[in-house]
Amino acid sequence: MEFIELKNIEKNFYVNKQERQILKGINLSIKENEFLTLLGPSGSGKTTTLRIIGGFETASKGQVFFNGLDIGKTPPHKRAINTVFQNYALFPHMNVYDNVAYGLKIKKFSKSAIKDRVEKTLSLVNLSGFDKRSVKSLSGGQQQRIAIARALINEPKVLLLDEPLGALDLKLRKEMQIELKNMQKNLGITFIYVTHDQEEALTMSDQIAVMNDGEILQKGTSENIYNEPKNAFIASFIGTSNIITGTMERDRKVTFLKTDFECVDPMPGSVVQIVVRPEDIEIEQTPRDRNSLKGEVIEVIFFGVNYEMKVKTGDFIWKIHSTKSYERGQFVYLFMATEALHVMEMERSL
Amino acid sequence: MKLTKWLSLSYLILMISFLYAPIVILIIFSFNDQEFGTIWNGFTLRWYQAVFNDRQVADAVRNTLSIGIIAATTASIMGTLAAIGINNMRKGTKKVVLSLSSLPVATPDIVIGVSLMILYVAFFRLVGAGSFGFGTLLVSHIAFSIPYVILAVLPRFKNMNPFIYEAALDLGAVPFKAFFTAIVPQLMPGIVTGFLLAFTMSIDDFMVSFFTTGSGVSNLSLLIFSMTRRGVNPMVNALSTIMFLSVLILLFIINLRDSQKLKSRGE
Ligand SMILES: Nc1ncnc2c1ncn2[C@@H]1O[C@H](COP(=O)(O)OP(=O)(O)O)[C@@H](O)[C@H]1O
Ligand SMILES: [Mg+2]
Repeated sequence: MEFIELKNIEKNFYVNKQERQILKGINLSIKENEFLTLLGPSGSGKTTTLRIIGGFETASKGQVFFNGLDIGKTPPHKRAINTVFQNYALFPHMNVYDNVAYGLKIKKFSKSAIKDRVEKTLSLVNLSGFDKRSVKSLSGGQQQRIAIARALINEPKVLLLDEPLGALDLKLRKEMQIELKNMQKNLGITFIYVTHDQEEALTMSDQIAVMNDGEILQKGTSENIYNEPKNAFIASFIGTSNIITGTMERDRKVTFLKTDFECVDPMPGSVVQIVVRPEDIEIEQTPRDRNSLKGEVIEVIFFGVNYEMKVKTGDFIWKIHSTKSYERGQFVYLFMATEALHVMEMERSL
Repeated sequence: MKLTKWLSLSYLILMISFLYAPIVILIIFSFNDQEFGTIWNGFTLRWYQAVFNDRQVADAVRNTLSIGIIAATTASIMGTLAAIGINNMRKGTKKVVLSLSSLPVATPDIVIGVSLMILYVAFFRLVGAGSFGFGTLLVSHIAFSIPYVILAVLPRFKNMNPFIYEAALDLGAVPFKAFFTAIVPQLMPGIVTGFLLAFTMSIDDFMVSFFTTGSGVSNLSLLIFSMTRRGVNPMVNALSTIMFLSVLILLFIINLRDSQKLKSRGE
């Protein structure tokens, strides 16, 4: 039995009196204590999926199971699930203490028990002593922590987070990513996390479900998704990849830019797309007898630790990350190891 | 002095004197120690004494206050509910309903008064019972007060995070509780302003009351009107002064609240 399971979830919204299908049959299972991320571009249906799990929307079709029970008709206040809302949704007329204490007050805990737990939870999010502060006087990062504290104090089995770090600056975001991940591990709570930031997803998640246009395209671990993207959309969304169209006449032999390459994949079809990560291409001065291509360096940018270079072969421009730099206008050879080539079936929609 | 400056100054003086001179004179004469005169004859408080010892005035004050409080309270509740409903409407419907419900603010009081009177007459005929009096007066005051509450409450939604209600549900509150702990406190400043406006409008009203009361039920403005018909009496001046000052104080409080709100928003 799965901890949380979404079965064939469909959701239709009426937009200008026209029915539009926003979720097109979502199937998803989530294990206890797992950090699952819904990753996808804006408008792909991540928030809607999360809201169906939280009980704020009902699915047009399909079922949601929680510990094997269908919770499709359970209202949000009866679900052992708490949410950290986009833009926090703190109660502006209450101070920090009353915001965090809200859930326990509703559950009629004793005053002293509430005081204890609020103190503990505030120290958990590093905001001890902020009790009396008005939430409006807090910075974005602090409000974020209060929103997390307000949810965590209820000791939920599942915490839903909708782009919780979206409004924070880069440095704070990185710090909060680590803190959130640690919290999730230490508290043993299942996190369902929504983001459109692939780096955030890759660094935090146990499992990633990549969404686009109301569908889950691929689900797997970070390594899984990064190393073996199922199609060109995922590859380009996950990282700055090189994606090139080629042909395949037999297994483990792919042709692009009029050159034959050895690869590890069996033949999926005759027209294919090949993904090569920028860090998997080696730039060399001399050609090799296989998997090597000639090109001209047309751009070199220094990025602190390494260089990003653009190399032109025919009319295709390769993106390459390397610690060594080359001169603009220089002719070089690109070596791509057999494992560096990921061959995918041609995506029809792209 | 330049001509334009001179002109604008004299305009200002003229305007202020037209607006306020009658009121100032009324206030002065409420302290005048002479029954019929328009000549100053010394300071007295006897008209105020007479006002406070008059049975009719006491009744009218009681009616005015009870109608003001009941009407403002009822209008606050109904107006707030209406504002919530309007806020949740779709854009097109919202505009129409909002204009419809704020129309009475711009409608002449006499039109509201006469139409309510006709409505009551029709209603009494239909039911075959009922008469003008305290009840009709109260219902009328509730009716014309509701738009003021709606207009005071609606702007509160603009700065409200739409997910706050859901956040309360998420934390375990039943919908009723979520509404009262998460939404109402945020509307409260608007509701209080609406209440004060409604109360002021109710105290202030003559025209609608005139057409919708009956069976000898009078509020202060109706009483003053009937007193002036029996001849000018300095008691009227005293009573009018009291009314003028109470409404002035109420309006002052409302404005103070508004400017404080603006200040706290500016922070
Ligand atoms: N209540 C709603 N009514 C109509 N359309 C909606 C509603 N909520 C979401 N949508 C539409 O559904 C699509 C997916 O939205 P959402 O789930 O918020 O995506 P994401 O969180 O991935 O950006 C969007 O095109 C959005 O316009
Ligand atoms: Mg979203």
